[in-house]
Amino acid sequence: MNKESAAALKSKKKQILENWLSNQLQDAALRDDLMSVAELQQQSEEFLTALIKAFGTSSAEDTDSEGYEPIRDILNEISISRARQGFSPRETSSYILSLKEVLSNVLEDRFKEDPATLYREIISMNKIMDSLSMVTMETYIKGREEVILRQTNEMSEISTPVIRVWEGILALPIIGTLDSARTQVVMEALLEEIVATGSRIAILDISGVPTVDSLVAQHLIKTVSAARLMGAECIISGIRAEIAQTIVHLGIDLTNIYTKATLASALKMSFSMLNIQVTRATGTSQNNKQNFGF
Amino acid sequence: MIVLSKEKLPIQREQDVVLFRNRIKELATKIGMSLVNQTKLITAASELVRNMLRYGGGGITHLEIVSRNSIPGVRLIFVDEGPGIKDVTLAMKDGYSTGKSLGLGLPGAKRLVNEFDIKSESGKGTTVTIIRWKNGL
Repeated sequence: MNKESAAALKSKKKQILENWLSNQLQDAALRDDLMSVAELQQQSEEFLTALIKAFGTSSAEDTDSEGYEPIRDILNEISISRARQGFSPRETSSYILSLKEVLSNVLEDRFKEDPATLYREIISMNKIMDSLSMVTMETYIKGREEVILRQTNEMSEISTPVIRVWEGILALPIIGTLDSARTQVVMEALLEEIVATGSRIAILDISGVPTVDSLVAQHLIKTVSAARLMGAECIISGIRAEIAQTIVHLGIDLTNIYTKATLASALKMSFSMLNIQVTRATGTSQNNKQNFGF
Repeated sequence: MIVLSKEKLPIQREQDVVLFRNRIKELATKIGMSLVNQTKLITAASELVRNMLRYGGGGITHLEIVSRNSIPGVRLIFVDEGPGIKDVTLAMKDGYSTGKSLGLGLPGAKRLVNEFDIKSESGKGTTVTIIRWKNGL
C-alpha cells in the first residue's frame, strides 16, 4: 500500500468511521441485544485509528509485523469477547469485512483517474483485510474452545459427589461413562470420605451408567476391593434388568459383591447390616405434622 | 442378506467410544430393537471397540443396518491395523488376557451377539464382525 492511499484514508478517517458504523448498524446480523451501539462505536473507532496508523508504516502489507500488533490485540479482544457473548461466526467476521467495502470506496474516489494504481491498491488493501479477518476467526474459535474446555472440567468435577445418607452409610451415585480417569476420581473421593466419616457401608449406585461392559465392571470390582481393605463394605445398586442380563452373558462374576436393583433396597440392606431399625411412628397424622414442624 | 444403510466411524480416542455407542443406540432404536437386545449389542460393541483402542491402536468401525428374510439387524465391523492376535482360539477363552483385564471382552462379546466372526493376522491387524438381529434369534 503506497503513501498516497494511506494519507487519503487518514484524511477521510471520520467519514470512514461513519460509513462503517452505518454499515454495521444496517446489517441484519447486528446483535444490539448483546452489545450497545455506544460500545460498538468506541470499539470501532479504536480499531480504525490503529489500522490507519499501521497503513502508514513501511511494512503495511505484512500483518504479522510490529505495526499490526495493537490491531491484532484489539481484534483478539473483540473476537474472544464476542465468542463468549454468543455471537455467531458470521456476525463476528462481518465486523471486519464490512470495513472492507468502506475502504474500497474511499480508495476509488482518490484514484478515479488512475485505474492501474486503484487496482493495485485495492488488491493490497484486500490482502490486509483478509488476513485480519482470518485472525478474527482463529481467535473466535480459540475463544469457543476455551468455553468447551471449561465446561468439560466443570462436568468432571460435579459428577462425583459422595453423599452421607445415614450415620455410617455413604452413597455414591455414578452418572455417565466410567472410564479409567473417572474411576480414579470416584475411588479417591469415596476412600477419602470413608476415612473422614468413619463409614462402614458405601452404596455405589450405577443407575446413571448407560453401559456396563467388562472394563466398567473391572473398575467397580477394584473400587469395592479398595473400600473393603479400609474396612467398609460396598453395595452396588441400580442394576437394571437389561444390565443384569448383559452381565450374565458377558460372564462377569459379581457373586462376591452385594448387589441390589434399587438404591432403596440397598439402603434397607445397610440398615440391617448395621442393626438399625426404622419403624413407622405410631400416633395420629396430626402428631406427625407437629413433629415435622408444619 | 441385504445392506440397508452403512456408515463409517473412526475410533482414535477414548472419547470416540461414547459417540460410537450413541450411534449404535440410534440405529438399534430405528429398527425397533428391544431394550435388552440393544443393551447386549451396545455392550458387545463397547468391548470390541475398547480392545481395538487398547491393543490395535484405534481403527475404523463400520455401522450397518442389514436385513435377512425381512428381519432387520445391526451389523458392526471393527477394523484395526494393529499387531493382530497371535492365537485366536486362546484369545476367545474366558479369562485369558494379555493385558491386566478380566479377559472377558472377546468371549463375552461373542455370547452377547447372534453372529460373531474374527479374522486376525499377526502383524497386519484384526477384523471383527458382529450381527445382532432385531428379534434376538
